[in-house]
Amino acid sequence: MEKLLDQFSLGLFFWQFLLFVGLILLLKKFAWKPILDAVNEREEGIKDALLSAENAKKEMMNLKADNQKLLDQARAERDTMIKEAREIKEKMIADAKSEAQVQGAKMIEQAKASIESEKNAALAELKSQVSGLSVDIAEKLLKAELSNKESQSALVEKMLGEVKLN
Amino acid sequence: MVISKKPLHFIVAALVAFLPLVNYANTTTDSTAVPVEAAAVAEGQHHAEEAPKDLKTEIKEFIGHHLMDSYDFHLFSYKDDAGVEKHIGFPLPVILIDNGLQVFSSAEFHHGEHAAESNGNYYRLYHGKIYKVANAEEEVAVDEHHHATNAQPLDFSITKNVFMIFVVALIMFFLFTNLAKSYAKNGGIASGAGRFFEPIILYIRDDIAIPNIGKNYKKYMSYLLTIFFFIWFLNIFGLTPLGINVTGNIAVTACLAILTYVITTLTANKNYWGHIFWMPGVPTPMKIILAPIELLGTIIKPFSLMIRLYANMVAGHVVLMSIIGLMFIFKNWLGSSLSFFLAFALSLLEILVAALQAYIFTMLSALYFGAANEEHHHDDHH
Repeated sequence: MEKLLDQFSLGLFFWQFLLFVGLILLLKKFAWKPILDAVNEREEGIKDALLSAENAKKEMMNLKADNQKLLDQARAERDTMIKEAREIKEKMIADAKSEAQVQGAKMIEQAKASIESEKNAALAELKSQVSGLSVDIAEKLLKAELSNKESQSALVEKMLGEVKLN
Repeated sequence: MVISKKPLHFIVAALVAFLPLVNYANTTTDSTAVPVEAAAVAEGQHHAEEAPKDLKTEIKEFIGHHLMDSYDFHLFSYKDDAGVEKHIGFPLPVILIDNGLQVFSSAEFHHGEHAAESNGNYYRLYHGKIYKVANAEEEVAVDEHHHATNAQPLDFSITKNVFMIFVVALIMFFLFTNLAKSYAKNGGIASGAGRFFEPIILYIRDDIAIPNIGKNYKKYMSYLLTIFFFIWFLNIFGLTPLGINVTGNIAVTACLAILTYVITTLTANKNYWGHIFWMPGVPTPMKIILAPIELLGTIIKPFSLMIRLYANMVAGHVVLMSIIGLMFIFKNWLGSSLSFFLAFALSLLEILVAALQAYIFTMLSALYFGAANEEHHHDDHH
């Protein structure tokens, strides 16, 4: 212990204290603070980068899910659209068919009616013509027949016989 | 302490194992050892009044000198052809407070051979300390225990250790300010030597400061980082052949330990003092008994810090230098090469110890700061 105390040098203690405290203060200002700040900043940066990467990944997943959802939706929509279109088509065909049938029937009906009327008209004309002709013929015949008495009376006889037949 | 015992045990075991070899070797080399001893006597001109020394005493004295601080930066000595001892190194300024400020170069001591003069005052170097003498011729008076009786002036000299502290402080300042600057230049990533030191800084923050101190760690970081690198660098410098021993100096470790104590005491919270003066959870008579013990404990803790670092460093230096010294005592190929390898292995171990002691000092400081900052949570451990 005495040797230790003997070795203790006040001058060395003084200089050591002065230099060491000075060194702490200088290094604190010019080295440790900037170093630790820089390291902290870097660590925060790394943490942030990792976090944002994680977020980006999540966002990407969300986006992907969204896309899938959209895709599914679109697909479903397409399916319903196709189905609807098919239904419409079928309905249209059916409608067209029935329409055509109605129209056809109508046309046939009309045709039938016009044919009937034409036929009637033709018949009427034919009748009138026939009647005219028959009148003419009858006139001519009568003229010829009636040129002599016998024939006139024969005719009347004949005609009367015919009427009876009717 | 644990660290220094292991190599010591190993060395003692190794020495005992090779003792027979040494004894045989000595009988053959004794005849050549005599001129060496004679030479040792011849070169010790300024120790003329002392008894002739043998090699072992000389090595012991050399180690003793190495452990002590000195007033010049001495690298090595050699003898020229004329047998005059030459010292290679450079002198450092001596600053004394004795009737005003006395500043002169340590070269004036001529390595203790002459008295230095400053403003009419004469000073003489005796066993690594400066004593005031009346005139240039007067020697330092000693009592029967070889203790000098002359007056010692107040000594604030820039000694070798102060010089090294200054050098290490400069190195640290440039190293770490460069690291701090490199972040801005390099986009937040360290460059150069900082790449090596940055993980150590992060280790001190993440594995020493945060687990031991907790959430208040930030205000202690500057101290912990500075103390770690300061002790580590000085320990490593101590292993270089420059022959310096700053951390193995009681004044230096005392200063560091006192700083830890002061910071612990000044930043302690109510809970810390509560645990010292009025220990919760024990009967009242025990509280009264525990208070002085706890109070003493606060001083013992930094005291152990001081002794631990000092003793480890001194032990490391003594053992390493003793083994190097053994080479000159053995003077045969077997013993000398063995001690070379032993010294080599021990140097590697000392590199580990250098870092370990810095770590322990920092770790324990952080632990004491943590105790001073502990929050109130008795339910956990009472």
